[in-house]
Order: sequence, then structure tokens, then C-alpha cells
Amino acid sequence: MSEQVEAQTARQQAALRGQWRRLPLIESPRLRWGLAIGAVVYLILALASVEVDWQRVTEGAGRAVNFLGAFMRPDFVSRYDDIVAGLLESLTMTLTSTVIGVLLAIPVGLGAARNISPLPIYFFCRAIIAVSRTFQEIIIAILFVVMFGFGPFAGMITLAFATIGFMAKLLAEDVEDLDWRQVEAVRATGASWWQIMNYSIQPQVMPRLIGLSMYRLDINFRESSVIGIVGAGGIGATLNTSLSRYEYDTSAAILLIIIAIVLLCEYSSSHVRRWTQ
Amino acid sequence: MPVSTTPQGQPIWRQRTTRAQWLQFLAWLAGVSLFLVCWKVISDNTMWVFVEDAGRQGADLISRMTPPEWGYANVLWKPMWDTINIATLGTALGIMMAFPVAFLAARNTTPHPLIRSAALVVIVSSRSINSLIWAMLLVTILGPGVLAGIIAIALRSIGFVGKLLYEAIEEIHPTPVEAISATGASRLQVMNYGVLPQVMPAFAGISVYRWDINIRESTVLGLVGAGGIGLQLNASINSLAWDQVSVIFLMIFATVLVSEWISARVRHAII
Repeated sequence: MSEQVEAQTARQQAALRGQWRRLPLIESPRLRWGLAIGAVVYLILALASVEVDWQRVTEGAGRAVNFLGAFMRPDFVSRYDDIVAGLLESLTMTLTSTVIGVLLAIPVGLGAARNISPLPIYFFCRAIIAVSRTFQEIIIAILFVVMFGFGPFAGMITLAFATIGFMAKLLAEDVEDLDWRQVEAVRATGASWWQIMNYSIQPQVMPRLIGLSMYRLDINFRESSVIGIVGAGGIGATLNTSLSRYEYDTSAAILLIIIAIVLLCEYSSSHVRRWTQ
Repeated sequence: MPVSTTPQGQPIWRQRTTRAQWLQFLAWLAGVSLFLVCWKVISDNTMWVFVEDAGRQGADLISRMTPPEWGYANVLWKPMWDTINIATLGTALGIMMAFPVAFLAARNTTPHPLIRSAALVVIVSSRSINSLIWAMLLVTILGPGVLAGIIAIALRSIGFVGKLLYEAIEEIHPTPVEAISATGASRLQVMNYGVLPQVMPAFAGISVYRWDINIRESTVLGLVGAGGIGLQLNASINSLAWDQVSVIFLMIFATVLVSEWISARVRHAII
């Protein structure tokens, strides 16, 4: 009995005396206290630098009430044509950009997979992915609007560009940890590069690729609702106009439509994913 | 395996039955037609003259953006600090709100199915509205400034963190929970000693991941007036000072890379 007690740690002995404490999340006490002190110092510095105009905030409170009221009685009718035109643009942009983006992402993704592509191509494709992922869609949209002019075309190119980075990265990761035995088996039959791609790699990554494309469709719709703010077409422009005109009931209607469509997309994409996997 | 026979009675191997082949053909036809219709709508709404001009415009843009006006970077430190504050404080506020919501939304910890669906509605509506739209709303309500940005980021983060966290809660191991409740612990004690220790690492990982995304998103919130470096970006674009814009872009690029690296390191240490 005494041997057992000696073998126990200080924490267990304390527990036997009735002073049990749970294990801390971060083990080393130095790191734990360092992080806590750092967080407090940062919070003080950050909160001190945030300037809030409380008078403006109290003025705005009335508007907040108006806005919440507008959600109770959204106005779909008076700006019906604008809403429909914006939605149509958003939806078409979403679909075309996803299709184009996924088609372009496949070669980039294969190129960015270390196990099937040579080093120079690997670095080139990884660079494309890094650039496309770092910048927010809206920043890319600003540039493309300058290049291609206002309208949904710029928005479509933007979303397609963002899709490339997203899909290619995930596809590359997928290809990198696929089951190599199947590739070897197909290669052993004397298959060419295309045949290896088609018969050993494609069947392994296809279910996930379809699932991710559906997911990206969903994201693209959400993004298409904001890039209109910088002039790239879609429902975002309508929403922005209605907000700056203080027509909160129309904005509420648009927001409700966006939420409904996103829900629908999410629901159907989860169905498709269950069906393919 | 679908096999058809030739008139000579020779069996031929085929990948699909006739019916499956037709169905596949029709699905492709429908998909491609849908794509073409959508393309038509977009092309009708596009001024093709501007698109044909794109190469020249792009070259012009690049020539205006280089060389970057490096001196402008000195003006940018304060907005960058604001941007980081928006992201960090917004994330902190967001995870504080997301934490209880996730416990209410998880099937195994929710007090009542009705409360669960209410929590799910909160998560979905927060997720489906982009932080830029939240910022637009909040700027009209709270006025332009950092505060609107912080709250916009927080509201958007609730859905993301809440969703991932409640999925993590639903996947916990039931044995520790049973063991704790067998000691006669109350509901809250079971949460505290049975559930919380199991989801804490996931929670920390999710929060850091969201922080990294928020840094990226907070760089553009200024476009609608919600503070941070986006305000400077908007001003420079409006005054067509593209050499300043390129400095801002480089700065955003660097910040995002650093935050991504930090978040990857932290998540690696946790998991």
C-alpha cells in the first residue's frame, strides 16, 4: 500500500487529502501565465485605442429599432424588379463562376499535388493558390471591375478566381493522401499518364470533388451577395442601395431572401454529399 | 454488370445499362444548357467593349501601381493596428457568444428540442450573412468606426464557431459524462467536468482558425466605413492613387500570411 502511495504524483496525493484540482488546459505554468498576462495587456491596449462616439451610438439606437421592425414586415413588393434583377445576376454569376472555377481548379490542383507533379509546376501552382486565397474576394473584385468594367462579368471572373484557390488547395491535399497502391496497379498494366489519371486517381478523388464543388457553390452565392458593393453586379448592389436610402423594409426582404437561398443550398448540398460519399 | 449481346450472340461488356446511359446523357444536357442560359444572362448584362479593353486596362493598372509609394506605409501602422484589433476583439466577442449557443444547439447538451432549433436558427442566420453585410447594417446603426467592425466580425463569428463547436460537442465520448453523472453531479457539474474538458482543445483550435479568417475579412470592412485599413484602401482607390493601393495590398498580404502562420502553429500545438 505504501509503495503505491509513493508512486503517485503530488497531484494525486493532494487529491487523496481532498484537494483535487483538474488538469490545466496548458501544461506549462509559465506559458499559461504568460499567455494570460499577454492577453490582459493586449486587451487594455486594444480597448484604449478603440474610439467610440457614444452620442452617435444612442442616435443610431432608434434606427436599430426601425431595422428590427422592418424584419417583422419585410417589403418584397415596392422594389420587386430590382430585387429580381439582382437575384438573377447573383444566381447566374454563382453558377457560371463555380463551373468555370472548378474546371480551372482541376489542372491547378493536380499540379499542386507533390506526389504527381514535378517541382517547378508544383511551385507555380502553389503560388497561384496562395495569391488567390490570401486576398478577400472583394479586393479581387475591385481590380477586376477596373479591368472589365462594371457588371456581373467582373463578378463572375472574381468568383471563379477565388474558386480556383479554394478548390485547387483541397483537391491537391486530397490527391496527396490518396491510396498509392491503386496508382501502382494501374501503372503496372502499362497505362499512359492520362489513363493513370482517369482510372486510378479520378475515381478516388471524385466524390470529395463533387461535394466540395457543391460547398463552393454555396460559398459563391454568399460572396456574390457582397461583391456588388464595389460594382461587380449581383444582389449586393441592390442591398447597398436600399440601405443607403434607409429603405430598411426592402433591405430586410433582401436579407431574408439571401438567408433562405443559403439554407436551400446548404440543405441540398448536404444531400448531394451524402449521396456521393 | 450490364452486358448486351450482338446479333451473332456474342456478349459485349458495357459500363452502363442503356437506361443509365440515357439518364447520364440527359443530366449532362440539362447541366450544360443551364450553364449556357446563365452565361447568356451574364453576357447580356455585360458591356463587351469594356471587356475587350481589359488587357490594356490591366496593363495600365499595373503601370500605375508600380513602383509602390513606400513612404505611404508610415501612415498605415495605425489603421493596421485597428484592423488587427477589429479581428481580435471581434473574435473574442464572437466566441463568447458562440459558446453558450453551441451548448444549446448540440443534441446531447441542449435543455429542450425547441431551444435547440432556436439556437440553430441563430447559427444559420449568422453564417449566411457575410460580415461585410453585417458591417453595412451596423455602420448605419452605430455610425462609421471600429466598433461597427468589431460587432460585425463578432456576429459573423457566432455562426462559424457555433456550428463547428456544436458538432464537436455532439461527437464527445459519452463515458466520462456517464461517470460524472454517476457520482450524483448536477447538470452544470456534468457539463463542467464531463463535457468541457473534452471539447476545450477543439474550441481553442476553432477560435484560432476563425481569428485567422477574421484578420482577412477585417481588412476589407473599411470599404463600407467600419474602420481599419479598408478605409485607407477606399480613400486611395477613390483618389485613384494606385501606387498607394499597391502598398496597402502588400501590407494586407504580409499580415494575412503572418496570421495564417500563427494560426497553423497554434493549431498544430493543440492537436
